[in-house]
Amino acid sequence: MVKSSKELFIQRLRERFGTALLDAVGFRDELTCTVRKDSIVEVCRFVKEDPAFDMKFLSDILGVDYPDEVPRFEVIYHLLSITKRTRLRLKIRVEDGESVPTVTGVWKSANWHEREVYDMFGIVFTGHPNLKRIYLPDDWEGFPLRKDYPLRGYKDDYNPYGEEKE
Amino acid sequence: MEKKRNDMKGMPVTTRELTLSFGPQHPSAHGVLHLLVDIQGETVLRAEPDIGYLHRGTEKIAENLFYHQFVPYTDRLDYMCGMSNNLAYVLAVEKLLDIEVPERAQYIRVIAAELSRLSGHLVCIGAWGVDLGAMSMLLYAIRDREMVLDLFEMLCGARMTYSYLRIGGVRYDATEEFKKKCLALCRILPEKIEEYEKLLTGNRIWIKRNRGVGAISGEDAIEIGLGGPNLRASGVNWDMRKDEPYLVYDRLNFDVPLGTDGDCFDRYMVRIEEMRQSIRIIEQCVRDMPEGPFNVDMPEIVPPPKHEIYQNMEALIHHFKYVSHGFKVPEGEVYCAIEAPKGELGFYIKSDGSERPYRLKIRAPSFCNLQAMDTLSRGEYLADVVAIVSSLDPVFGECDK
Repeated sequence: MVKSSKELFIQRLRERFGTALLDAVGFRDELTCTVRKDSIVEVCRFVKEDPAFDMKFLSDILGVDYPDEVPRFEVIYHLLSITKRTRLRLKIRVEDGESVPTVTGVWKSANWHEREVYDMFGIVFTGHPNLKRIYLPDDWEGFPLRKDYPLRGYKDDYNPYGEEKE
Repeated sequence: MEKKRNDMKGMPVTTRELTLSFGPQHPSAHGVLHLLVDIQGETVLRAEPDIGYLHRGTEKIAENLFYHQFVPYTDRLDYMCGMSNNLAYVLAVEKLLDIEVPERAQYIRVIAAELSRLSGHLVCIGAWGVDLGAMSMLLYAIRDREMVLDLFEMLCGARMTYSYLRIGGVRYDATEEFKKKCLALCRILPEKIEEYEKLLTGNRIWIKRNRGVGAISGEDAIEIGLGGPNLRASGVNWDMRKDEPYLVYDRLNFDVPLGTDGDCFDRYMVRIEEMRQSIRIIEQCVRDMPEGPFNVDMPEIVPPPKHEIYQNMEALIHHFKYVSHGFKVPEGEVYCAIEAPKGELGFYIKSDGSERPYRLKIRAPSFCNLQAMDTLSRGEYLADVVAIVSSLDPVFGECDK
């Protein structure tokens, strides 16, 4: 990504969303924009439709858990513009128990990615057409990629090496 | 997206809708794919993949390992082309470390990645053939894949789970004999690809079973998140080797084959053509590979060779530190993607400055491709579902992580 496109991105986002753009960081030629949680759908629709961004391809959605911080979770969107050959990372912060508006209305492919985030972190996406676990069985307890979930899981009949549940 | 090739409207309904469980134990399920197919007679109404049978929690494991210890786990993602997975991961860590590996290592890595593309596509086409009744295709493809595996064995001693690429370079040097064998492969394989084409491309059954089946437009393919050969079959010119060049791809001459219709047949043709291009790339790399070191000169990241450890106290200390303490990686977050045989394989790594990744996320192309299953198979016949699964080429080690 050339430097100018990065600055242009920040400028256009700032013009359009003002204070909803909380932070913009460049690191190793990647641009990360943190936006307010409530405006994520709007921002996503904007970067998809705006010709300067043209982020038609949703590459990935993922969660990160920071148990000691408030808000606790990060949800990260990796976007790609095939025509402009640029990438953008959008980020929102979510507190435990809060929900996130879904972006399935913007990109159809967000469906499975959001299900995966829900499966692994327990973050609920409101408006999602089919929000259920994707990897784990429906009756699984807990969310494995949270930092307080033990590496070997919890002890039960099938998992004698797991940790005792309190 | 509204394609109703076998529209039921206006026809007398003589059957009732039923849900068929396809897999996870089914010879055409490419591993452990469980598809819930709603059918009305022979026509598919919905197809919902139910995945996760092979989920091992790779990302959680990664958070508990040193950076260099995770390389063998990447072999087990897309086990048909382990080198590509190694490559994506080590590139991501190197991006965090902000180091560049020596030229020679870059060329060796390109050869390894392209060889693994060959082996991946060969298995794809072979399995596809056998799924649609062309048993001989599988035998030919597996036979010729053997040559590729022999090359890997020469390179690193392993045939399937290589762990050959390491952070900071590669594990062993490419010998002159390896180069010779590579060129021999480049001579033999094009004839074999001709042979596959004789078997399949003009074959009436193959055309009937693939042409027009599971067609998707470029726009829809982007919307649903298809990647790699499946995206290019729909005419979208996106190949990260050309458009976001990594390693030495920007110096190499090769074409990006594109399809027009986005159906199964185009996905097949794109893969056949990609194999030819991979051969071209390997030839150029063998020719242009410079002499020199194949690892960065950073003893804390790349431990000294084994024979030095017995002779040299310094080397022994470095080796001990590497194995027991790992190495620290600067704080930050990166996303690094490569053009793997199945599509965009990306690693997101968040580092907190310690020896272990704080969070590692694998963007698995098989996972993203499989999401299109429903879109692609609506309105098709049940038998075509098999062709569509094969054309997406999912590998469950990667899809289920």
